[in-house]
Amino acid sequence: MKYVDEFRDGDTARQLAACLAAEVDPARQYRLMEFCGGHTHAIFRYGIPDLLPDNLRLIHGPGCPVCVLPIARLDMAIALAQRPEVILCTYGDLLRVPASNRQTLLKARAEGADVRMLYSPLEALSLARDNPSREVVFMAIGFETTTPPTALVIEQAQLLGLKNFSVFCNHVLTPSAMHAILASPESEAGVLQLDGFLGPAHVSTVIGSAAYEDFPTQYGTPVVIAGFEPLDVLQALLMLVRQLNQGRACVENQFTRAVTAEGNLKAQALTWRIFEPREQFEWRGLGHLPKSALRLRAAYAEFDAERRFSLPEFPAQEHRACECPAILRGAKNPRDCRLFATACTPANPLGSCMVSSEGACAAYYTYGRHMQTAGAAH
Amino acid sequence: MSRLDLQQGRIEMLHGGGGRASAELISQLFAKAFDNQWLAQGNDQAQFSLPPGRVVMATDSHVISPLFFPGGDIGSLSVHGTLNDVAMSGAKPCYLAASFILEEGFPLADLTRIVDSMAKASREAGVPIVTGDTKVVERGKGDGVFITTTGVGVVPEGLYLSGDQARPGDKILISGTMGDHGVTILSLREGLGFEAAIGSDSQNLAPLVAAMLEAVPNIRCLRDPTRGGLGNTLNELAKQSGVGMQLEEAAIPVRETVRAACEFLGLDPLYVANEGKLIAICPAEQAEPLLAVMRAHPLGQNAAIIGTVQEDAQQFVQMRTPFGGQRMVDWLNGEQLPRIC
Repeated sequence: MKYVDEFRDGDTARQLAACLAAEVDPARQYRLMEFCGGHTHAIFRYGIPDLLPDNLRLIHGPGCPVCVLPIARLDMAIALAQRPEVILCTYGDLLRVPASNRQTLLKARAEGADVRMLYSPLEALSLARDNPSREVVFMAIGFETTTPPTALVIEQAQLLGLKNFSVFCNHVLTPSAMHAILASPESEAGVLQLDGFLGPAHVSTVIGSAAYEDFPTQYGTPVVIAGFEPLDVLQALLMLVRQLNQGRACVENQFTRAVTAEGNLKAQALTWRIFEPREQFEWRGLGHLPKSALRLRAAYAEFDAERRFSLPEFPAQEHRACECPAILRGAKNPRDCRLFATACTPANPLGSCMVSSEGACAAYYTYGRHMQTAGAAH
Repeated sequence: MSRLDLQQGRIEMLHGGGGRASAELISQLFAKAFDNQWLAQGNDQAQFSLPPGRVVMATDSHVISPLFFPGGDIGSLSVHGTLNDVAMSGAKPCYLAASFILEEGFPLADLTRIVDSMAKASREAGVPIVTGDTKVVERGKGDGVFITTTGVGVVPEGLYLSGDQARPGDKILISGTMGDHGVTILSLREGLGFEAAIGSDSQNLAPLVAAMLEAVPNIRCLRDPTRGGLGNTLNELAKQSGVGMQLEEAAIPVRETVRAACEFLGLDPLYVANEGKLIAICPAEQAEPLLAVMRAHPLGQNAAIIGTVQEDAQQFVQMRTPFGGQRMVDWLNGEQLPRIC
């Protein structure tokens, strides 16, 4: 497959792995966080940990939109779906995520709620047109990559004059979460030592590489933006190792074939036309973060499900032994959780990181369980 | 009896009532298309004798949407699916039964197309549909048409194939490219916004199985990787046999269009459904001769040896990636979903 196979070539991978092995300083540790679940997934799917030196450790970040959605928001979505007039539609990943009391949108559907799975947000508009007597609510979720499509749908809904369509907005902002990790209690107490970030691929195509300039200047933490292909990951890791060896900290862009410094200005303009930052928003594992999420601007209030329906606030109940919050902060590894692969499995997930294929626990479980027994874990 | 309007007519509740309308539907549509001596007898069951050997029986329900797709339709699929389940035991399929649940309002023209397609698939396989049933449910209580087929076949003496027979050292083969059917169906679903120039691989595998067993009678087991794809089916076999498996990703044939579509949707072709492919596990020394027979057959031209059975108390299916790493190929969890990020 053109433009894909080139980035999965085994010979090049071995060359890059040899460079990494030769260039790492055996006297030090390299603790590098891949922010994105997309990277976590690629790392395990291609068996990248097998190719890395022992003193280079990958820490899995919170860049999985399903994983960082707090339980309270999911409880609200379920309450919305249970209203008889509502058709709640969202992406398939969300349907199995456990909310309070292990309720899920799928279970709510089995109990009579009208919950539909979407492949594309545009389908939500057809649903609204085809069901004029119902209230169609699109539960929007995701980082900066999925925000412009949601904005587009809202703009179209206004053009079409739809009166029965609204968006339950859960869009969040990547740089806020990166700040939160570097300023987390674990970070400040030295429990989580982070030497560098592997920056997001798709998110960076939208926000641009300039959006990460704060991290080297404010925290001295280098960022290398990497594509989602396995060779991208290896090359970006090598770039991070070189920065650290040379005592440099800056933003570098490995993913130059898709990411520019300023990003996609058209998508940004569309996003800011429809959305504005919330004062604060709760992230699972990271707590309430200022200016870390988006809501609809007042001009689009009629399409805002939170303004349209009075949504009850629930005291959310996490599973007590679930380590998802610490795993999302990079402070713990899925194997540190005593529920991992015992009580909590992809077939019966107790925490969000086990549900989404981009969650660290699911990636460990699905692709990496053999390493646990072989004792070759990274 | 009056004539059914097969061009403009629609299924009505009456057609499932057991009265005159039911009889018209059966005689003018089903019995006419399937046309054989057993149906002509007009009994509620079919009576037949079977050749000597162990009798095999399999049943399969078909609820696919859309009903018509490149490479087939629910009719041909319902015949091939059950024939293949019977054939995977090493049996020669002999007879089929078919049961229809029709939704009120379903166009008779579509039903005719489906039934004709079943008749064609059954004739091509030489396996008659000898008994059946039809029920009608109210509009909104079905999805057009559901078809359940049941097949009966006979395994000749001396053959014993079963999912629990894989042994460490055995080789794992597949008969062709993975994921064609699933990607074809996905590409037709609304809202996905892509068209794949590809058709379903739905086909009757019994002739391929016969050729394989003639050359290598001690094949340990055969299974068709339908729902859940290759990844899930290999996990089933590993569990049944109490073994592990080691695969070579580079050896698994996947069409370029299927790979591209899976890339685009964030799916793994290893978990995408097939309807005309099989997995064979055989002793290592038989692998090359078996591969040669498969490749010489029109249904197995892209056959490949993709891995080895190994001892593993944890029954893990593992795979070496072309990238040089090692990963697990786990059971599929729920349905594969297109990615959102």
